[in-house]
Order: sequence, then C-alpha cells, then structure tokens
Amino acid sequence: MTAADIHRTILAVWRNEQPRLVTSLSRMLRDVPLAEDLTQEALVAALEHWPATGVPEKPGAWLMATAKRRAVDHLRRGRMLAHKHDMVARDMEQEQQTVPDFDAALDDDIGDELLRLVFTACHPLLSQEARVALALRMICGLTTEEIARAFLVPDTTIAQRIVRAKRTLSESGLAYETPRREELSERLASVLEVVYLIFNEGYTAARGEHWLRPQLCNEALRMGRVLVSIAPHEPEAFGLLALMELNASRTAARTDAAGEPVLLTDQNRARWDRLQIRRGLQALRRARELAGVDGAAEGFYVLQAAIIACHAEAASVGETDWGRISELYAELAKRAPSPVVELNRAVAVGMAEGPAAGLAIADRLVGEPALKSYHLLGSVRGDFLQKLGRFEQARATLEAAASLAANDRERELLQRRAAEAAAASRG
Amino acid sequence: MRFMYIVTSPQPNQYPTPALMEAIQKLADREIKAGRMLDSGGLMPVSMGAQVKVANGKLSVVDGPFVEAKELIGGYAIFELRDKEEAVAAAVEFMQLHKEHMPHWEGTCEVRSFASPEAEMACQVEARVAS
Repeated sequence: MTAADIHRTILAVWRNEQPRLVTSLSRMLRDVPLAEDLTQEALVAALEHWPATGVPEKPGAWLMATAKRRAVDHLRRGRMLAHKHDMVARDMEQEQQTVPDFDAALDDDIGDELLRLVFTACHPLLSQEARVALALRMICGLTTEEIARAFLVPDTTIAQRIVRAKRTLSESGLAYETPRREELSERLASVLEVVYLIFNEGYTAARGEHWLRPQLCNEALRMGRVLVSIAPHEPEAFGLLALMELNASRTAARTDAAGEPVLLTDQNRARWDRLQIRRGLQALRRARELAGVDGAAEGFYVLQAAIIACHAEAASVGETDWGRISELYAELAKRAPSPVVELNRAVAVGMAEGPAAGLAIADRLVGEPALKSYHLLGSVRGDFLQKLGRFEQARATLEAAASLAANDRERELLQRRAAEAAAASRG
Repeated sequence: MRFMYIVTSPQPNQYPTPALMEAIQKLADREIKAGRMLDSGGLMPVSMGAQVKVANGKLSVVDGPFVEAKELIGGYAIFELRDKEEAVAAAVEFMQLHKEHMPHWEGTCEVRSFASPEAEMACQVEARVAS
C-alpha cells in the first residue's frame, strides 16, 4: 500500500466511526463544537499512529480513548473557565483510570444526540453557507479540503466559515441545545433547506468537474435518511428524502454518452434506478401517512416529491398521469406561489388537456417581471404555438427565447426549433 | 458509490449464534439510521433453490442440493458509500463481529461495486493515482 492508500483507508475507518464519536463526546462534554474538534484531533492522531501500527481491531475504541485524553487536556487548560467543565473533566479522569474499555463509552443509540448535532449544525442563526459547511463536516464527516473541493472554493474559506460558525454557536450559548418538541417543525425547515441545497449543488454539477461535486447528492441523501430516523414524525423530512431519492434515481439517464443533458421526457427509463425509486416511493407514502389522509398538511417537499413520483411510476411519457401532475402543481402554487411553478403547471396542463389549455396559462405569465429574461417561458409558449399550427408566432417566440438563453447548447436548440417553425410557416 | 456485500462460507450449516445475530442486528440498525445501508437480505439454503445452466450449447435446470458447491452465499447487503475504502472499512467491522462472536466460523465478505458512470470514474481516479 502506498502512503496515499493508507491515508484513504484511515479516513474511511474514521468516517465510519465519526457519527458515534462526535455524538458520544458531545453528550459527555455538553458541547457540540468542542466534540467535533476533538473528533478531528482523533483523526489527526490516527493518521500519525496507524501507518506504523496498523488499524486497531476496534478502531472506534482507539479513537474514543484518544479523543477523551485530548478532552481531559483541553478541559484542564480551561479549568478556571467553567465549573461544568471541571466536573466533566473529573468524571472523565476517573473513568479513564477505572474503566479501560472505551468501547463502552461509544453509544450505539445516538438518536437524541444526533438530533442535537444536526439541529446545531443547521442553526438558523448561522448563515446558509456556514450551515452547509458545518453540516457536511459534523454530520457527514467530510474534511475541510473535501468540502472546499466540492464547492469549488479555497480550503481557507471553508476553514474560516467553520471556525466562525463554531465561535458563533459557543458565544450564543448554543453549543449544546436541543429544540423543544414544539419548535421542532419550525427549526426543521432550516435543516431541510441546508440538505436540499447540498443535494442541488451535487445534482447540477457538470460532468468533468471534481468527483466530489456529484458526490454531494449522496451526502445529502445520507443526511436525509438520518433525518427521517431522528425526526420520524415529520412529513416534510420524508418528503425531502422522497424528492431526493426520486430525483437521484434518474442520474444515469440524465446525460448521454457524450455528457450532454437528456430531458426527462427523452430519458431511457430502463436506466432509472429501481431500488432508489422504490425507496423514494416508500418515503413519500410515509410522508403522506404523517401528513394526514386528506393531504391537508402536505408541504413543499412532499408535493414536489409527489410530482416526481408521477414520472417515476410511469412506464413512458404517454402513460404519465399529466392530469394529476397539473393538480399537484396547482397545489404547489397555492403553497409557494411562483411564476416558475405556474409555468410548469402550464406544461402539465398542455400534456393533459392539449396545447390550447396550456398556452392559456403560459400566456398569462407574459409580462411577469420575474420571467422577463427567462428563456423557458418562450420555449414553452413556442412549443404550444407550434402544436396549434400558429407557426409564424411560434417562430417569433422561439427566436426571442433563443436570444435569452444562457448557454450555447440551449440557444442552438431554440434556434433550430425556430427554424423548423419558419419552415412550417412557409410550407 | 453503491456496493454489494456478498457473504460466503464453506460451512453452510453453521448458523449465526444468537449473540452474533444480536450484534449484526445492532450494526445493521446503526447503518440504516446512518443512511448508509439501503437493502439487505438472507438467502435460504441452496437445497431449496435451483440452477439454470447453459453449457456446451445445452440448457439445463438443476434442483438443489448441489454437491459441487464449495462456497455458499448466505446473504447480501447493499450500501451507498463514498469510496472503496469506506466499503472495506464497513466490511471489516462486520467480519470483526463474526470473529468475536463465532471464533470457529470461516467465511468471506466480498465487496463489489455496482457498475455505474460514478464507479468508472473512481476506477479512472485510482488508475491515475497509481500511475
């Protein structure tokens, strides 16, 4: 094994143990950011020792013992600071003398502590950027360098974000707090937002970028699965998980052999990941059960997941339940009104009821300030006009849309369609 | 990256002891909650299965048991993990439990990556690192 191989092996072993380490330590120290620091210190120690000694049989126990030793040192240094820490340090010293089995100190049931960890990392007091970095570091065990590479920013930027965020937490007295039951749903929104942001960052990564970028989808999925295990009564947690699993199920079909994007309607559905679809649908079912039979409490993520589920369950574009999709978009528009959602509804209605009905909705969006430079409005309207045989209008609309397209590929596609409309108009 | 773990053993009749079962269950619970384990299952003895073979241009269906089988598959699990190192670390932890709770048991946990563009990319990365 080369030094790089050994390094990767140690990192993998550490990552495997990291959630139990950080949660056990934070329970002991009543300080989440400090627990996380010590977990990192244990990694550094492992990287120093294991190349010579080999990975111990119980790596978790070794890391825990190391982290605890560091904790005692740390608390001794800061002894005058807090009586609480003093007590903890004494307990830990005693424990170290009497109980050599550090495995016992590793909690297997980490649910409550993990909940605290997740909600601390995603505290609404922190900026969104800081929450993203802390979540990837504390929940997924990514290193500063890995986070930096995944987000295409310098290492130092991420390191600073993490240090500042931890300081903010400590100074605000949030180093060890758990949201009360009644706060949970409200605070959950901040957590879900962070997870969804990480997912989308990975989902929109282009081929050829560093492999850690698409990997963000898996980190977000992992967090989503953790969330439903620690907040098992929250429909939106299941909704987000469903949405992510269902979207990720199309990964292999989303690009062609040359790396060009393939639209959902053109994708080879045989390449969709059935295991992931099954998991997504299962999460969606659970979300609906929790939201109530009438779906009155169905939120933003559950509705979006329900829309994607209509696609996932259809064997082909033709067999898709477009009527149901348009209803869901209408529901989503009520929850979170947005012209983009309305445009999506126009597409679904167009598929369900024909181009005239779709066009009627899309036409109402013309002049909407938010869509003024949005090429997809013209793209959708042009498509409806073309289908209705209004070729000259289709040509003008598609040409206007082409001039708004942000990237070359989309511009070329729109220009090609405009040319087709022009040809049809002449013929 | 998605991985499949396949556990094989030359001692098909040595069923896990209750202590091992409990330890495995605890580990599985943890891995599900950690969002790493996607699916798992045990397989019934080969004697209850069948083999459909093609050899020398002939197709044949053979019912179990199969005397020639040396290594028998007892179960599988599917994990979503970052890389092969992480997959191996998880397998080591799983097999360590066997070693502890059933010292005389022998077997193999095979770690296989699912074929995907992602896995191919990882192979290329590995090749680059090696070269």
